[in-house]
Amino acid sequence: MPSEEELYQEHILDHYEDPFHRGHLTSATHAHEDKNPLCGDVVRIELELNDEGKIKNVYFDGQGCVISQASASMLIEEMYGKTIDDIKAFTAEEMLALYGPRLTPNRQKCCLLSWKVLQSAVHSPVASGDEN
Amino acid sequence: MTTTPAIAIDRTALLPVALRNDFPILSEEVGDHQPLAFLDNAASTQRPRQVIDALSGVYERTYANVHRGIHTLSELSTEQYETARRSVQRLINARHLHEVIFTSGTTASINTVARSWGDANLRPGDEVLLSVMEHHSNLVPWQQTAERTGAVLRHIPLTDDGRLDMEAFERLLTERTKLVAVAAVSNTLGTINPVAEIIAKAHAAGALVLIDAAQSVPHLAVDVQALDVDFLAFSGHKMLGPSGVGVLYGKEALLDAMPPFLGGGSMINEVKLSSFTPAALPAKFEAGTPPIVPAIGMSAAIDYLQSIGLDAIHRHESELTRYAYDALSQIEGLRILGPAPEHRAGLVSFAFERIHAHEFAQVLNDQFGVAVRAGHHCTQPLHAHLGIAASTRASFYLYNTPEEVDRLIEGVLAVQRMFAPQGRQRKRRQPDE
Repeated sequence: MPSEEELYQEHILDHYEDPFHRGHLTSATHAHEDKNPLCGDVVRIELELNDEGKIKNVYFDGQGCVISQASASMLIEEMYGKTIDDIKAFTAEEMLALYGPRLTPNRQKCCLLSWKVLQSAVHSPVASGDEN
Repeated sequence: MTTTPAIAIDRTALLPVALRNDFPILSEEVGDHQPLAFLDNAASTQRPRQVIDALSGVYERTYANVHRGIHTLSELSTEQYETARRSVQRLINARHLHEVIFTSGTTASINTVARSWGDANLRPGDEVLLSVMEHHSNLVPWQQTAERTGAVLRHIPLTDDGRLDMEAFERLLTERTKLVAVAAVSNTLGTINPVAEIIAKAHAAGALVLIDAAQSVPHLAVDVQALDVDFLAFSGHKMLGPSGVGVLYGKEALLDAMPPFLGGGSMINEVKLSSFTPAALPAKFEAGTPPIVPAIGMSAAIDYLQSIGLDAIHRHESELTRYAYDALSQIEGLRILGPAPEHRAGLVSFAFERIHAHEFAQVLNDQFGVAVRAGHHCTQPLHAHLGIAASTRASFYLYNTPEEVDRLIEGVLAVQRMFAPQGRQRKRRQPDE
């Protein structure tokens, strides 16, 4: 089992306190929000995709534990500027590797919340007035 | 770190620490090689050697299916299983032995009433009165019953300090109310609800009462005849017994009038290809092979609890809870959920605005060996009412000590330091940020 020094490595706490692109995107073309009902972690991801399927911009917002929020920041930073195909090809295993420390199955759910939300977001165009 | 005034503990109210030796698991280490401080007893408790020995004794010497064979082992198992029923009967002071139904747990007990009594008795427009602090197991079965029957669910609101609003209760109690179903003790707030008053008022209004006693029977003496309660549900694993067994107590006349819920073996008198006649109580509600060994283990747990005395256990938990409550109250920014110690049973839940409950549970475990629950504790509507997504809960039992509470407090303070804003900056990867 990982110790908490391992679990809460400096770069993870850095993402938690100083996240990449936390907020909202008024130009969003796609968006999705989901929660982990077991613990109440919430992540919302808003994407602006251009006609070529490239991510022009992406923001996340949410609330929850360090793992759920820091992993969202790390994922958004990783995917910024990439394509829909890159997102679809990005596996859960790669998400866990991007986060770093080994996680118990329960904490893996925290880490994979943003990954699930992003996978759904690319299939969730923002309709006029109703985005989900 | 600021120094806080020391909080006194009345050691004369506590049980002897030596009883911890009865619980082998309490010498385990968890997390980063820390001695275990098990403060998750509201979720499930640990077992003393006496219960573990009773369980293995059955498997080693007397086990067979009950009520079926005429061979020696079936006779022995049947006798032990029925002795366990008598032990539960004495614990809650049921008038009749057959008013004690073994189920798989509190959830199954409540579902049995919701399905059997609910479907047979509730009509469109009838009301079932619950409360905002209920565990999901005393909400969802009634939502399902309401959907099937057209009955309407009402919820007793809470006071600001997390107790049932008894004035609102009296207003909500009308001639339409057919059942009041509430917890004796909230598993999240720790609130001890005034069940005797609730039962008396509900009966005066012509309603029946189901008490979810999962958090009360293990900790407080309960007398179903003195309370005049109609249905009572509780679990073995929250009172030093095994998981997989629970009890539904119901008044004889009510259980007799109810149709069986689960159909199968044991619950029948006679079966033909297209029809059956149900067995008498308690078999009528015990379809299939019952939780034989868990029930016998639960009986050993009851013996153990009674050898110490539920009043002494309650005194011990109350003192630990007051001690923890007072210490947590001194921590700035920490919000304790629920009422003052004199209104609560042996647990304290808290939330901290900036730090998620997961962080408390993780660091408390890894660095301090303290096992607590983090999340919504199966009370999502209550957490929504409180305006929080999750909380951290420390819940006590007879084997916990003030030193374990000290480690809890030390851990909470460490978590606050660890996750305090420190002006950290992420290493920049993107040039255009």
